[in-house]
Amino acid sequence: MSSTAASLTVGGGGSSESSGVKKTSKRPKYSKFTQQELPACKPILTPTWVILTFLVVGVVFIPLGVICLHASKRVVEIVDRYDIDCVPASSRNDKVAYIKGVEDKICNRTILIKRNMTHPVYVYYQLGNFYQNHRRYVKSRNDAQLRSPSDERDVKTCAPEDNVGGEPIVPCGLVAWSLFNDTYRFSRNSQQLPVNKKGISWKSDREKKFGQNVFPKNFQTGDIGGGTLDPKKPLSEQEDLIVWMRTAALPTFRKLYGKIETDLHEGETITVLLQNNYNTYSFNGEKKLVLSTTSLLGGKNDFLGIAYLTVGSICLFLAVTFSVLYLVKPRQLGDPSYLSWNRSAGG
Amino acid sequence: MARGRIRSKLKLSLIYTFGCLRPSADEGQEPHPIQGPGFSRTVYCNQPHMHKKKPLRYRSNYVSTTRYNLITFFPKSLYEQFHRAANFYFLVAAILSVFPLSPFNKWSMIAPLVFVVGLSMLKEALEDWSRFMQDVKINARKAYVHKSDGEFRRRKWKKISVGDIVKVEKDGFFPADLLLLSSSYEDGICYVETMNLDGETNLKVKRSLEATLPLDDDESFKNFTGTIRCEDPNPSLYTFVGNLEYERQIFPLDPSQILLRDSKLRNTPYVYGVVVFTGHDTKVMQNSTKSPSKRSRIEKTMDYIIYTLLVLLILISCISSSGFAWETKFHMPKWWYLRPDEPENLTNPSNPVYAGVVHLITALLLYGYLIPISLYVSIEVVKVLQATFINKDLQMYDSESGVPAHARTSNLNEELGQVDTILSDKTGTLTCNQMDFLKCSIAGTSYGVRSSEVEVAAAQQMAVDLDDNGEVSSRTSTPRARTQEIEVESSHGAANNPRIPIKGFGFEDIRLMDGNWLREPHKNDILLFFRILAICHTAIPELNEETGKYTYEAESPDEASFLTAASEFGFVFFKRTQSSVYVHERLSSSGQTIEREYKVLNLLDFTSKRKRMSVVVRDEEGQILLLCKGADSIIFERLAKNGKTYLGPTTKHLNEYGEAGLRTLALSYRTLDEDEYSAWNAEFHKAKTSIGSDRDELLERISDMIEIDLILVGATAVEDKLQKGVPQCIDKLAQAGLKLWVLTGDKMETAINIGYSCSLLRQGMKQICITVMNSEGGSQDSKGAVKDNILNQLTKAVQMVKLEKDPHAAFALIIDGKTLTYALEDDMKYQFLALAVDCASVICCRVSPKQKALVTRLVKEGTGKTTLAIGDGANDVGMIQEADIGVGISGVEGMQAVMASDFSIAQFRFLERLLVVHGHWCYKRIAQMICYFFYKNIAFGLTLFYFEAFTGFSGQSVYNDYYLLLFNVVLTSLPVIALGVFEQDVSSEICLQFPALYQQGKKNLFFDWYRILGWMGNGVYSSLVIFFLNIGIIYEQAFRSSGQTADMDAVGTTMFTCIVWAVNVQIALTMSHFTWIQHVLIWGSIGLWYLFVALYGMMPPSLSGNIYRILAEILAPAPIYWVATFLVTVTTVLPYFAHISFQRFLNPLDHHIIQEIKYYKRDVEDRRMWTRERTKAREKTKIGFTARVDAKIRHLRSKLNKKQSNMSAQDTMSPRSV
Repeated sequence: MSSTAASLTVGGGGSSESSGVKKTSKRPKYSKFTQQELPACKPILTPTWVILTFLVVGVVFIPLGVICLHASKRVVEIVDRYDIDCVPASSRNDKVAYIKGVEDKICNRTILIKRNMTHPVYVYYQLGNFYQNHRRYVKSRNDAQLRSPSDERDVKTCAPEDNVGGEPIVPCGLVAWSLFNDTYRFSRNSQQLPVNKKGISWKSDREKKFGQNVFPKNFQTGDIGGGTLDPKKPLSEQEDLIVWMRTAALPTFRKLYGKIETDLHEGETITVLLQNNYNTYSFNGEKKLVLSTTSLLGGKNDFLGIAYLTVGSICLFLAVTFSVLYLVKPRQLGDPSYLSWNRSAGG
Repeated sequence: MARGRIRSKLKLSLIYTFGCLRPSADEGQEPHPIQGPGFSRTVYCNQPHMHKKKPLRYRSNYVSTTRYNLITFFPKSLYEQFHRAANFYFLVAAILSVFPLSPFNKWSMIAPLVFVVGLSMLKEALEDWSRFMQDVKINARKAYVHKSDGEFRRRKWKKISVGDIVKVEKDGFFPADLLLLSSSYEDGICYVETMNLDGETNLKVKRSLEATLPLDDDESFKNFTGTIRCEDPNPSLYTFVGNLEYERQIFPLDPSQILLRDSKLRNTPYVYGVVVFTGHDTKVMQNSTKSPSKRSRIEKTMDYIIYTLLVLLILISCISSSGFAWETKFHMPKWWYLRPDEPENLTNPSNPVYAGVVHLITALLLYGYLIPISLYVSIEVVKVLQATFINKDLQMYDSESGVPAHARTSNLNEELGQVDTILSDKTGTLTCNQMDFLKCSIAGTSYGVRSSEVEVAAAQQMAVDLDDNGEVSSRTSTPRARTQEIEVESSHGAANNPRIPIKGFGFEDIRLMDGNWLREPHKNDILLFFRILAICHTAIPELNEETGKYTYEAESPDEASFLTAASEFGFVFFKRTQSSVYVHERLSSSGQTIEREYKVLNLLDFTSKRKRMSVVVRDEEGQILLLCKGADSIIFERLAKNGKTYLGPTTKHLNEYGEAGLRTLALSYRTLDEDEYSAWNAEFHKAKTSIGSDRDELLERISDMIEIDLILVGATAVEDKLQKGVPQCIDKLAQAGLKLWVLTGDKMETAINIGYSCSLLRQGMKQICITVMNSEGGSQDSKGAVKDNILNQLTKAVQMVKLEKDPHAAFALIIDGKTLTYALEDDMKYQFLALAVDCASVICCRVSPKQKALVTRLVKEGTGKTTLAIGDGANDVGMIQEADIGVGISGVEGMQAVMASDFSIAQFRFLERLLVVHGHWCYKRIAQMICYFFYKNIAFGLTLFYFEAFTGFSGQSVYNDYYLLLFNVVLTSLPVIALGVFEQDVSSEICLQFPALYQQGKKNLFFDWYRILGWMGNGVYSSLVIFFLNIGIIYEQAFRSSGQTADMDAVGTTMFTCIVWAVNVQIALTMSHFTWIQHVLIWGSIGLWYLFVALYGMMPPSLSGNIYRILAEILAPAPIYWVATFLVTVTTVLPYFAHISFQRFLNPLDHHIIQEIKYYKRDVEDRRMWTRERTKAREKTKIGFTARVDAKIRHLRSKLNKKQSNMSAQDTMSPRSV
């Protein structure tokens, strides 16, 4: 202390100053940072903290799990697999030939509403074993072309669905080409149930990614793949396409088809008039029609709630284990007898 | 014997043959041993042109120490770079990424590689450049070289060639290995300082042949010619075999005529020499080893981790590619939406093998996240920052020399935390190479009141101990008083006479100073004692013009300190001629001095075998005196019957001095009558002029004859001044469990003394000395015998150590250089090592630089543990380069050691902080950092793989390309760097207080495979949790209330959010030290991720693609996104959290306990517990100051107990009279 004080007060003497300067030239400058002395908090895991943490996680997770599970239970979901039933019994042996045939593939399904469904009731189609996430498939599109007509010739990533006779296809690529084209028409007590197909895609997609002045061109004129598009409507209004173009992460996926804006009541029967056009028979893909309400957390999925409950209970279990351990075999914190040199000496 | 005979025979025959032949026409000569294998060198003196043509064209004097040159730099350094497993892997990856199958942009692979490799190469180039510049400087030094006709001109060193005559002036370096022809002294001697070769600062005397003595001016070289035939270049510094043919005579040459490059001419105005070895042929260059590039142990282990991961990578890539081939062959044809009828090359169902093979490359690149290049960049950055901390550490800054510590390479920071054995140079490293005359015993009285370092420390330690146990054990007196009582011995009388400290003289006792000795009882003996000090030596005085005092150039610093002491006592040695020593003697207290001349009749040299030196002088009264000083044991057995008057008390004093860590010599004399002397002298002269290898033996025998019937006068005690803090530092290092070997070029005695003063040796330690008595080593036969002898000694010693029952017994191994040459041979070195490892301390003396390096290599390779070599001189360069870590002392001596080192510090004592604090921290930091790094990349990389399985192994990534790019570069790199730079498990004070914590690094607790695999397992677990929980949560149902389902980008972004959270929370759990920097970096990284997605989403869709407004519009409003993040993050870190809490609770490590003690401030509340634990935290050492002090304390205690019992017996009436 005194030395530092002295060095502070001294400073007039020429020689000491010059030598001081000479010395300080190589002397590292003091700072808390370079001396690794920055103030720091050094939390340690005390048993209290450990038990408290497990307890808090448990206490938070279990109610959360209950809420999630409850939300999921409140959602009413009706799934109807129709891909096999909608093939006439005579064609069941060769479903692919049937689906490729030219006759009208109308199919009637009836759906029983088991619980009240408050509007909006979302209508989905679900495909199975369909690799929308295949790299070749995902890459086979051109976003620029979808946005503005000036880029319509930019189709080089879209092969083989890039052009027909030298004319570019809009929208190009496998994704658009394989557009899902089953259609559903719902009626209740022989009364038409309107399906609202507006607003099923993301707003930003409609407004920014699919151009309002881009119209389908040469679409499905070469090799016929999936659904067709109304060449009069700009892409931004072709919401089925917009939804389809958002490729799914997994080979089993659901996509929004539309919304029924009326409540459906328990015990009611819904008739679905179904156009079974889309070929999933080649690769044994399931096709399902799904009607579902949503909760705040979306559709029906118990997994989240169960996961929360499981993790929460594990934490509670750990909290209990730790407490028991603490009671049975307490270790005073900072007990020097646990230091390695004391332990090896003890035994 | 045998060799000598051969030599003499040879000589005769040569004289005979050369009598009738021209000297140059010797090609047709019959071969003789000196021209045989290994002895082929022929040097034509003063005829350098003879060495321009092939058979005799030897290497030039150009010296290069660089690793590369312009042409080899690129291939060599590129090889070095891609020698690293990881760099090679990245190179392959970069090459593959150029092909279109890469899932990423090729520049994202190439740019970081170029950056990393380029940076390292630049560093290499700069280092090599500085070496080159140094070489240029040395090569351009100039020396006087004989041109012709007796004219000497200055010439650059690199232009000097074999056969040149060189004139070197005082304080000049020898440009090459020279044969000394003559010097400015008429008897052809010169003094040489070999500091740069062997680290010894004392001067060595070289002596030219008598035949060449007349060549002592420039003119005489006009017509000088001669031929030298000698050994081929070799690294042995202390041997030289050859002969000189001059004026038709053949003279044998020995090492005392050879002046080695890089040594310095001292105290001699000039010498002439002929160049024998040049450039890389010189002994010093032969001793230098190529500086290797070093890598730390952790880095080497890291290579294995990389291999493991590489295997994993290849495995999953193979799974991926065979999966892809399978899918392509069997399923793809059915996937009409992929247009299998118009396939790309890569997905052609008709050629699945091709698809699979090509996909393998894609997969290798895609899963390349398992082995990130950013790891290397981060480690580089971290190490550089760690190195800056080392450089900036004020506590390793030496304010005296103004030199801070310097990490010259940053590669080895973490290695500092794992050192097992320290190999230390002695001179300049442990000691200042300065002796202080501290005490003496004259005529049975001990003089000198100043205490030695050992005594002071013992007293201090004792005081502390007493304070601790004060209440318990104080019965008769307060602890304070008892402490004082102990200190009485050492400090009385020292206080009131402040003197200016004199170098080499630490003596304090008014009884002898200022002429007071004249009033002492045995003043004649005291007079004699001082005379012996002033006369019996081989030193040369030098007048310091400024102070008017003399400084002494002596063969050993002991002698210098004796002379300083003598002059302080009033006996100033001021002049030496060929035959006399002149002393100013002050024989009265008035201060008047008388000049006296002592004719030196004979000088009987000191050798390590004789352990004594004597002079025979005739004083002005004509009396002949033999003055002898030497090791006490030797002197005592040579005492006359009437010379043992003071034997008893002197022996007692010598023991006391020895205990106090001082080096002692006994002084004695005898008077000779004229007849006895002349008879003896005749014989001595005869022996001296005899030629042959038995000459030394003969001389010794004759010396023995006169050095008998001595009369003991007294003894001296000299303290070998250790550098500041050395014993304490050694003590701490020993407590940290480090072994210390001392490798020194010094004599065995000196080395042993130093061993004592730095507490590597102490009384009660069993010393195992391994030496060869027989100095002959020429023929195969005797060599075998010598080896057998050594092997015998080794096995005996090993047995002795094995049979030792007492667990506290400590052994010390002392071995000399000559023995080492045998012990280091392949068939014996492991026995030697086995013995050395069992010994508490090892001292190797008289070792050459090359041997130092060899010993280091033996320890490094034999034990497989980390070695650290520390030294200050050019002679330490070899071992500094050989050791895993080389530390240079940037002291007063040259910069060679520092240039070759990995770290340089100004003082030995800073080694403690460097290892125990910085080493410990850096080790833990790097270990944790690397483990964490692999964890995070496994956690991330495997999610990519799992997703693959869901995409028909097509190589699609669920994450956006920019996420992939940013993951390692921005989102997770900064916290990991913070971990590597700022983490502190315990503060630096605690590292120093608990040296045992250093064991964690030595035992490699934080980077063993258990831990590495644990972290990898944690990574695998995390990847599973992150992927499958997310997939489970956002399955196929709508993920928000507005009914939309999640597409690939929504899933990917959610998953990625979870990863960012999980790995950052994980690192927060790993750390135990949070400054604002860590907080900012960790939580900032998470914040940065949200910021990035938000900003990226705000960019026009042409740039952001599917990420456009993904956070703002799609994910953020969905509660499930947040709920999922929360669940996944907690679940991911849960096992680790449980692990650390249970581990800490059930099986806490030392640093955990200490953290807790500090946290609860128990160290302040319970001081005694804290001190007790600090004492216990030492490794049980057998060496070091503490062990020594313990011994001293035991001694003092027993004394004290005796005193106390006496006192109580006397019933406190009389004052202390015991």
